[in-house]
Order: sequence, then structure tokens, then C-alpha cells
Amino acid sequence: MPATPMPKAQREQGHARVFDLGQQSLRELNQALHNLAPGSNETAWEVLNPKGSHSVAVGVDQPVSIDVRGSVGYYCAGMNDGATITVHGSAGPGVGENMMSGSIVIKGDASQYAGATGRGGLLVIEGNASSRCGISMKGIDIVVRGNIGHMSAFMAQSGNLVVLGDAGDALGDSIYEARLFVRGKVESLGADCIAKEMRPEHIELLQGLLDRAGISDVKPSEFKRYGSARKLYNFNIDNADAY
Amino acid sequence: MAYHNPPTTPRKSATFDDYTLSEIRRAAATGIYDIRGAGAKRKVPHFDDLLFLGASISRYPLEGYRERCDTNVVLGSRHAKKPIELKIPITIAGMSFGSLSGPAKEALGRGATLSGTSTTTGDGGMTEEERGHSKTLVYQYLPSRYGMNPRDLRRADAIEVVVGQGAKPGGGGMLLGQKISDRVAEMRTLPKGIDQRSASRHPDWTGPDDLEIKILELREITDWEKPIYVKVGGARPYYDTALAVKAGADVVVVDGMQGGTAATQEVFIENVGQPTLACIRPAVQALQDLGMHRKVQLIVSGGIRNGADVAKALALGVDAVSIGTAALVALGDNDPRWEAEYNALGSTAGAYDDWHEGRDPAGITTQDPELMKRVDPIAAGRRLANYLKVMTLEAQTIARACGKNSLHNLEPEDLVALSIEAAAMAGVPLAGTNWIPGKNGF
Repeated sequence: MPATPMPKAQREQGHARVFDLGQQSLRELNQALHNLAPGSNETAWEVLNPKGSHSVAVGVDQPVSIDVRGSVGYYCAGMNDGATITVHGSAGPGVGENMMSGSIVIKGDASQYAGATGRGGLLVIEGNASSRCGISMKGIDIVVRGNIGHMSAFMAQSGNLVVLGDAGDALGDSIYEARLFVRGKVESLGADCIAKEMRPEHIELLQGLLDRAGISDVKPSEFKRYGSARKLYNFNIDNADAY
Repeated sequence: MAYHNPPTTPRKSATFDDYTLSEIRRAAATGIYDIRGAGAKRKVPHFDDLLFLGASISRYPLEGYRERCDTNVVLGSRHAKKPIELKIPITIAGMSFGSLSGPAKEALGRGATLSGTSTTTGDGGMTEEERGHSKTLVYQYLPSRYGMNPRDLRRADAIEVVVGQGAKPGGGGMLLGQKISDRVAEMRTLPKGIDQRSASRHPDWTGPDDLEIKILELREITDWEKPIYVKVGGARPYYDTALAVKAGADVVVVDGMQGGTAATQEVFIENVGQPTLACIRPAVQALQDLGMHRKVQLIVSGGIRNGADVAKALALGVDAVSIGTAALVALGDNDPRWEAEYNALGSTAGAYDDWHEGRDPAGITTQDPELMKRVDPIAAGRRLANYLKVMTLEAQTIARACGKNSLHNLEPEDLVALSIEAAAMAGVPLAGTNWIPGKNGF
């Protein structure tokens, strides 16, 4: 996906602090973001020319907005805690890994392990996500407009994964208490993951997630819910064939 | 007089010995593998198979109580803005809150701090007690990422990326439901009472090239301040050390098969991984081949018990050692004072390893509020500090006898081996010979 250029007028008006990774180092960018004090008025940031750099805007812990104009490599927005980070391109592996709070929007596609171990906040992927999306998630909410790859939500502990498209093989393998909502086809379910009834509270929850993700063209009733059968929570030799 | 054939003495099989027979009966009765804590119990070549030569006409000793023998070590000077300096080259290994009680974790922190060394979190996140009582705290970054958050990452003094551990290279953590109290469950974001079998691989990287990028991320999040360790089990120490260095580690930690675990399968503990002694020289060789020996520090753990073990590890090229099981014993683990209670659990003091069951009479490997009261964190911390002091004095005694004014000046030339196996593993001559098996074509 081509990078969205920053509007010229905005740049001239100085609304955002601009970091050009073609001119400045990743270290300078992340240090500047970490130096932000609570209540800082530098609340809008633009990152130009990321060109697939790894670890762009990691460990940000202030409620600022960061627009990354282009595609990023591994672990963009890793451990985000409160920032609103938008990637106007695609993201490499581990985008938003271990996010605590805030939100991340990927305008393009995301590679493997999107939102891995995330503990809070919202990750929206407007394209597709590759394998292991939401692996080991611990409270994060993830909304994917396209499809997700195999082994997604593996050992997912808590939080919600919403997929408007299809899911690959072994969805929710060894899942704990996370909730999965898939609108399209599921290639196969992993160990201990089963389809579950969509009760009114789930419709309400899902509607809230779609609203937060800015998605209004689909209805919660079009989704199926999946979650843990909880049969593998305590080891039982009679379940050994399930692994 | 009738002649009676003299009977032979009943003879048990060496192959099917009593323990093996009992395990077959146990397996047949239960249908499930045996789970236990601690490290390998089988006899393997170890530091006991090495001896120091001491001083002689060609080497003169230092005065035992008068001449200085340095013990301090700096860890993480390769890339970190804030390397760690420890007063002694003996650190406390990672053990989780969850597997250990809160008072036990606090005691480890207190003992380490009194001794000027570091302690390490585990597969369960960082607790306030632990952070508060540990001057130098290493924060483990594990596959499960239980309790992982950027705030704790930044208030750690170093970060240890755990790839594996000696008791179970290739295995994930295990914490059975009996020990999942409300607090442990909350820290791990899991329901109370379930059996936690942690992942064996990291969720967001695989292989050395990814590890390099992961380490970059951790450095960027912490502004390049913290030393980053990479811990591996004793699997392929040469290549694992080389790859950890290539990935950017400041410190490599190699844990041999005698290193303990809170819980895993007995078959895993006893049959996967290499002895500590077999891991050291390959790891040192990797550092030397890369020109990184003493630039990237090497910590070795698994079966370190006394100052002689410390001195031998350092002589083989290690920068520091780490203790887990021995530290727990110093706190009071497996103490004979609880013998009646060990017996009631079908064990005996010195053999008790059902740490996963959470009924530890010593109050260390438990989450039972009554049992954990048996650990007084202040007194237990003092015992650990005493023990660390003794180990350090012992190592200094040996170093001075070898003419060294620093523990780190000990060298392989100070050692001989008592067995061919130990000579081959340690790369030192068999005692009484100049033969190093595997060297010079022999």
C-alpha cells in the first residue's frame, strides 16, 4: 500500500511534530517519545519514511497520537500504553505486541503475531492478518477487517478477537478465556476450541467492539462465537489425544 | 550327612533397580507421567571431578588472610548504558512468584542484597516485595509473558530473555492448579485453579534473526539502559552462545541439566540436556572464537554448591555463576527439622521434590498461607547471605592458593581432572598426565 502523504497545510501549520526516519535515527524517535512528560502539549506526531524499520514507536506511555506514513517492520508500537498509533501502510511481525492500553490502527495488512500477548487497548487491522494473530492475548481487543492466518488466538487468555473475514487452521488452539468472533469461514478449530452460542450479551459486546473500530457496514448477528470448551484446563490423561 | 546346595544371594537387576520398578508400578497405576521439581538427580560428571593444583615452586601463592583477592564482576558492559556491578560472582537464578511463596521471594531478594548480588524474577512477573527488597533485580522475559509490562521492564536492573532452562531445554513452565491462588491467577491473567502449562516458544519470535530484532525492541523500550541477558538450557552451548552474541546479548546464561525447575516431567529432567560441566568449555570457546570473551559475560548455573564449584567454573572461563536449588536449601528447603511432615508426604528430607503440589513443609514452594508463614524472610535472607559469604570466602581461599589476586584470574591451567570424562568435558588434563582427551588428535 502506498504511504499516505501528510497534508502539506498541516505540516506548515506545525500541528504535528515531524520525525523523518530518512534523516533521523530510530533511537532519536523513541527517545523523544519516551521523554514526553505527562500533560505535554506535543500530542501529535508524524513519522515519515519508516521504510520497514523495526521497533517504531515502541514503549510509548503517553496519550499522544502518532501517524506513521508508510510500512513498518517488526514490533511497531510494541508495549504501547495509551498512545493512538496509526500506520498508514502495512506492519511486520508482532505489531502492538504486549499492548497495555491505547489504540493501534493498521491501514494495510499485518504480518505474524499481531497483538501477541496484548493486555489491553484496541488493535484494528484494516487489511488481513497473518498467522498467530492474537497469540497468547491477555486482555487486548483485536478487530481484523480481512482474514487471519493459522494458529490465531493460540493459548489466548483473555480479551476479544473479531474477524470480519475468514480464519485459518487451528483457530483458538488451547484457548483459555478469550472470546473469538468470526464472520466468515473457519478452516478448522484448534484443541479445546468450540463454537459457542451468541447470547444477547455477546451481541452487545461485539457491537461495542465494531463501534470502537469504526466499522458500521456489518452486523453482530453475522458472526459466530468461539471459545474454550475448558476440557484441558486441568490435565486429564483421557484427554491426551486432544494434543 | 545330606549335602544342601548353598543358596545364592537374591540379586536385583542393575537395569531394573528399585526406583525403576517403582516408577513402572506408579505409571501402571496412574496412567500419567511423573511430575516433580528440582534438576537432574542422576550422577553426571561434575565439578567434583576436577581438582585445583595449587601453588608450587613455579607458582607462588597469596597470603590467605592478608592479600587482596577481588570478587566483583561487571555484567552488561557491551551495549547497556547502565551495566550491573556485583560484589560477588554468584547470582540468584530466576524462580517465579507462584512456584515460590511471597516470603521466599522476599528472602531471596534480602539475601542477595545483603551480599551485593542480584536476584531474578521468574515465570510469573515481578512482585512489589521482590522489587522492594532487591537492590539489583533481573527481570525475566519468558515465552508466557505472564505479568509482562513496560513499567516493570523499566524498573528492572537487567532483562533476561529466557530461551530455555537446564532442567528442560525445549519445555515450557508448569504450575499446577493447587498453587494457583487468587494473586497468582491475577498476575498471570488466568482462571484460578487451572493447570498452567506455559508455552515452550516465544509467541512473537523464532530463531536467531528474530531474536536480534526482539532484543532491539527491548533496548529501544528501555532506552538502551539495561543489560540484556539471553538464557539457554544446556542443549547446544557452542552454537547457542554464538547465536546469542550475534543477536546482541550483553550476557549469556547457560543452565546445565542439574539446574532446577519448579515442575516438569521426570523423564524430561533426567533425559534432555547436558551436564553443566559439559556446557562450559563450548560456551567459552564460542566467545573466544568471536573475540567476545570477557566482553560478553558468561553466567553458568546448574549444580553450584560451594566455593570450590564457583572457583572451578570461573577457572574454566565463566564470569559468574547462578544458584537456585542451593539458595532454596539455604532458606530452609528440605530441612530435616520437617522430617515427620516429609514422611507424611511419602518423602524424606533431602529427597522432597514434589514442589508442584504446593504442600512444601518448609513453606518455600507453596502458596498455602499457613505453610508460607514458616519462612521468616529476614532470617531466611540472612541465612542466604551467610551462605553466599561462605561460598565467596571458599572461592577466594582457592584462588589465593593458586596465586590469583582476583577470582577471575583463575584459569584452566590451574585444574586437572579425576576422570577421562571430566577431562574431555572441561578440556583440562587427566590428573597425573598431560592428556586432554580430544586435543592434539588423541
